[in-house]
Amino acid sequence: MPEFLQFLFSGLTIGAIYALVALGFTLIYNASDVINFAQGEFVMLGGMVTFFAAAAGVPLPLAALLAIVVAVAVGLLLHRFAIEPARGASAVTLIIITIGASILLRGVAAVVFDKNFHSFPPFAGTTPWNVGGATILPQSVIVLLGAGIIVVAMWALMSMTLIGKAMVATAANKLAAQLTGINTRAIIGLSFAVSAAIGAIGGILVTPITLTSYDVGTLLALKGFAAAMLGGMGHPFGAVVGGLIVGLLESFGAGYISSAYKDAIAFIVILAVLFFMPNGLFGKASAERV
Amino acid sequence: MMAALLQSRYGIVLLIAAGIVLIPLVTPSTFYLRVAILVYIFSIAVVGLNLLMGFAGQVSLGHAGFFGIGAYAVAVGPTHFGIPSWASLLIGVALAGLIAYVVGRPILKLRGHYLAVATLGMGILIAMVFTNEARFTGGPDGMPVPRLVLFDWVVRGVTTWYWVSGVSLVIAAAIAVNLIASPTGRALRAIHDSETASHVLGIDVARYKLVVFVISAVYAAVAGAYLALFDALVTPVTAGFLRSIEFVTMAVLGGLGSILGSVVGAAVLVVLPQMLTVFHDYEHIALGAIMIVFMIFLPAGIVPSLGRLFGRKFS
Amino acid sequence: MRVLRLATAAAALLISATFAQAQIKIGSVLSVTGPASFLGDPEKKTLEMYVADINAKGGINGKKIELIVYDDGGDPNNARTFATRLIEQDKVDALLAGSTTATTMAIIPLAEEAGVPLINFAGAVQAVSPVKKWNFKTPHTDLMACEKIFEDMKKRNITKIAIIAGADAFGKSMRDQCMTVIGKYGIEVLHEETYQPRDNDMTAQLTNIKGKPGVQAVLNPGFGQGPAIVTRNYKQLGINVPLYHGHGVASKSFIELATPAAAEGVRLPAAALLVAEKLPDSDPQKKVVVDYKKTYEAKTGQPVSGFGGHAYDGLMILVEAMKRAGGADKAKVRDEIEKTKGFWGTGGVVNMKPDDHLGLDLSAFKMLEIKNGDWTIVN
Repeated sequence: MPEFLQFLFSGLTIGAIYALVALGFTLIYNASDVINFAQGEFVMLGGMVTFFAAAAGVPLPLAALLAIVVAVAVGLLLHRFAIEPARGASAVTLIIITIGASILLRGVAAVVFDKNFHSFPPFAGTTPWNVGGATILPQSVIVLLGAGIIVVAMWALMSMTLIGKAMVATAANKLAAQLTGINTRAIIGLSFAVSAAIGAIGGILVTPITLTSYDVGTLLALKGFAAAMLGGMGHPFGAVVGGLIVGLLESFGAGYISSAYKDAIAFIVILAVLFFMPNGLFGKASAERV
Repeated sequence: MMAALLQSRYGIVLLIAAGIVLIPLVTPSTFYLRVAILVYIFSIAVVGLNLLMGFAGQVSLGHAGFFGIGAYAVAVGPTHFGIPSWASLLIGVALAGLIAYVVGRPILKLRGHYLAVATLGMGILIAMVFTNEARFTGGPDGMPVPRLVLFDWVVRGVTTWYWVSGVSLVIAAAIAVNLIASPTGRALRAIHDSETASHVLGIDVARYKLVVFVISAVYAAVAGAYLALFDALVTPVTAGFLRSIEFVTMAVLGGLGSILGSVVGAAVLVVLPQMLTVFHDYEHIALGAIMIVFMIFLPAGIVPSLGRLFGRKFS
Repeated sequence: MRVLRLATAAAALLISATFAQAQIKIGSVLSVTGPASFLGDPEKKTLEMYVADINAKGGINGKKIELIVYDDGGDPNNARTFATRLIEQDKVDALLAGSTTATTMAIIPLAEEAGVPLINFAGAVQAVSPVKKWNFKTPHTDLMACEKIFEDMKKRNITKIAIIAGADAFGKSMRDQCMTVIGKYGIEVLHEETYQPRDNDMTAQLTNIKGKPGVQAVLNPGFGQGPAIVTRNYKQLGINVPLYHGHGVASKSFIELATPAAAEGVRLPAAALLVAEKLPDSDPQKKVVVDYKKTYEAKTGQPVSGFGGHAYDGLMILVEAMKRAGGADKAKVRDEIEKTKGFWGTGGVVNMKPDDHLGLDLSAFKMLEIKNGDWTIVN
C-alpha cells in the first residue's frame, strides 16, 4: 500500500506538469486551430527567467512575476510576428512555424542564459510529508494546487466574463464570432498571452522539483501534446485529465512494470484509447463539411 | 522548352536526374559529395512521406521509426544473424511495410491531429525498442554496420555511394510520379480533398490510405538502410522523434504535393546547418528564424509557392 | 543589439578566415548543443580559451593555431559530416573531436582513413580499445570509474547493491561496463531500475529499490539533472544506505541542484580537478588543476567540470607533440603523441604507449564524498 501511494503521488506530480502544458495547447488550439509546439518553451522561460532574475538579486516573487511578463511578451510576439502574418496558411504550415519558433526560442535561451541546469528553493520547505507510509514534497502539493487553481480560473474566465465568452465564441466559429463584432484577432492574441502565462506559471512551480534548462521544452511539448490529444483536443478539462493520466501511467508503469518501458506504456494506452475513442476521452466527434 | 519539359510527367524526374549527374562535375571535394548523398538519402524518405502527406493528406509524426527499422535491419541482420546486408535490407524494408500494414489499419481511422499523435506514439515505441534492447542494438551508443557487399563488390567510398543513392532517388521519384498519375493517385487526391465525398463516390478510402502508408514506410526504410550502410554505424538518434519532425519539416518546407519540393526541402535542411554552423551559438536562432520566414512568405512550400509566383509572371 | 552582435560575429569570422595567417589548423567536432551539451559546451569553451592563450604567447614554434569548431548536436551522422568537412575541406592538421562515444565512433574511421591524428573525449572503452593507429583519448574510461567505486564498496564491506541507471548513452554505457567487472569484486546486483534522460521524478523506481531487502548501497550511473533528482528523491523517501554516482555528475553545480542536505554522504569518483584547492601542495597535479580551474571559472563565469578538463588535456598533449615534432606533419605528430610521457593533465598523469592510447591509470581518480555541501577526498 505505501508503494501504491508513492506511485500515485509521483504520478500526480508529473501529471500536473503535463496537464499545464496540455492546457496551454488547448487554449491556443481552440482560438486559432494552431498546435503550438513552442508551448514547452513557455515553461522553460518561466523557470529560466525566474532563476536568472533571482540570481541577479531580484526577490523570488518579483522574479517569478517578471518571468510571467517575459513569457507573455514572447507569446504575443510569437502571435504578432509568426502566426498572424501566416494567416490562412494550412494547419501543417503553422505547425512548422511553431516548431521554428521553438528552435529559435531555445537558441535565444542558450545564448542569453546558459546551457546548464538550474533550480531554485521550493516555496514551502524541503521536508517531505508522510502520508500512509509514502512521502510527498510540499512543492508537489503546491504544483497540484496551482494546476487546480489555474483550471478553475480558466473555467471562471470562460463562463463568467465577456472576454471569456468571446474566446469561446471564437473557438466555436471564428466567422460567426467576427460577424457579431468580436475582434477575433485580439482574441487569438489573448489566447497566446494566456497560454504563455499558464506555461510560465507551470515552469515556475515545477522548477524546484524538476530543475530547468534551456532545452526542457521539447519533451514537455511532446508529452503535453499527447496528453491534450488523449483528453480530446480543444477540451480544457480533457487536457487536465489527459495530463494526469499520462503522469500516472508513467509512474505506475515504472513502479509495477518496467522503468525502461514506462513511456511506452503511456503511449500504448494512448493508442488504445484513440482506437476506441478516436476523438480522445472528452472530445466531440466533428463531422467533415463537404 | 523547359516549361514544357516540367509539365510532362517525367519532367521532374529528368530534372532531378540531370542535377545528380551535373553536381559531381562542379564539386571541389568529396565533402560536398557526402552532403549531396545525405540530401538524396533524406529525399527518398521525404518523397515517400510526401505521398502520404501531400497527396493523401495524412500526417505522420512517426516516420523515423520506419527509417530506423531499415537502418537497424542492415546492422542487426549481418551482425547477429549472419544474414548478408542486401538480404537484411530487403527484410528490413519488408518488415517496415508489414508493420505499417498492421499498424496502419487502426491508426489511419484517426483524423488530423489524432493521427499525428498516434503516429508519434508509434514512432516513439519503435525508437524505444532500439534504445532498450541493447543486446541486439547496442543501446544508446548504437552499433557498427558492416559494409554492403553485392556479388563480391564492396559498396563503399563516397563516389560509389553518390551514384547508388542518386540512382535510387531517381527510381524512387519515378515510381512516385507514376503512382500519382495512376488511378490510385487520383483516388488519393480525392481523399485529400474530402474523405467523406470520396467515400460517397465509392472510393475505398481505408484501403487507399493504407496502401500509401505502406509505400511511404517502405521509402523511409530504404532510406534508413542506406544511411546506416553509408555511415557504417547506427544509433537511436537515427530513429528518434526529432528525425520524424525533421522529415515532416522537409516535406512541408519544400512543398506538400510536390516531388521536386521533397528534394528541395531535404536539400535546404541538410545544407542549411552546414552554412549556419559558422554562427556557432547563434546557429539555432538563425535556423528557427529561417524556418519561420520561409513558411510565412512561401506558405505552400518552396517549390509550389515559387512555381505560382513565376507562373503568374509568364501568363 | 543581438543582431549587431550577430553581424559583428559574422564579420569577424569572415575577416579571420581571410586574413589570419594560420599555419596550424586544428579541427574540432563537439556536441555543443543537444542532450550531450554538458560535455561539448565546456569542451568548446576550453579549447577556444586556451588556443587564444597559446596564440597570444606566440603559438607553436612561432606558428599560430587556427581552431575550427563544429557542433554536431549529439548526432553521429552530423559528427561524421563535420569531420569529413574538417578533413576534406578545411584540411586540418589534427582533430580534437568527439564528445560522446557514439559521435566519436563515427569520427574514428575517418581519421584512420585520412591519416589525421585524433584525440577524442569519449567515455567508453571502445573509443580507445582496440588501439587504432591515429586515435587517442584523454578521459578516464567509464570502466575505471566503476572499478574505483567497487574498490570503495569493498572497503566498506558492501556486497549487495541496487543500480538505477540513466537510459541515455552515458548511463547505459557506464552501467554495462560496471557489469563486466563487478564479479571481480564479489558484488552482487539485487535489483536494477532505469530512468529516461529527461525524467522529472524517480520516486517510483527508488520505491522499488527501497522495498528490496538486503540492498547495502545504490549505484547511479548517469549525468545531467537525472542524478540530482535521484539524490533528492532518495532523501525524500528516506533511504539510508550509501548512494554512489558515476563521474558524470562531477561538477560543483551538482551539489546545488541535488541540494546540500540531500547530497550529504553521497560518494563518487572524479578527477582531481573538482577538489583542486584541497590537494596537498606536494601533489604534482595541483598546479595544473588549480590553474585550469581558475582560468575556466574566471573566463566563463561558470563552475568547472571534469569534461572541459578532458579538452584541456587533449589540446596540451597535441600542442606538446607538435612542439616536439617541430611542426604539424601528421605522421610525426602522431608518433609524438604516442610518446607522451609523464604529462600531468587535469585527468592525471598520462603515459602513452603503442598499445595504450589513453595512458591513465586508476590513481587518476579520487573517491570523493560530499560533506556539508562540499567535496572531500576519501582516503
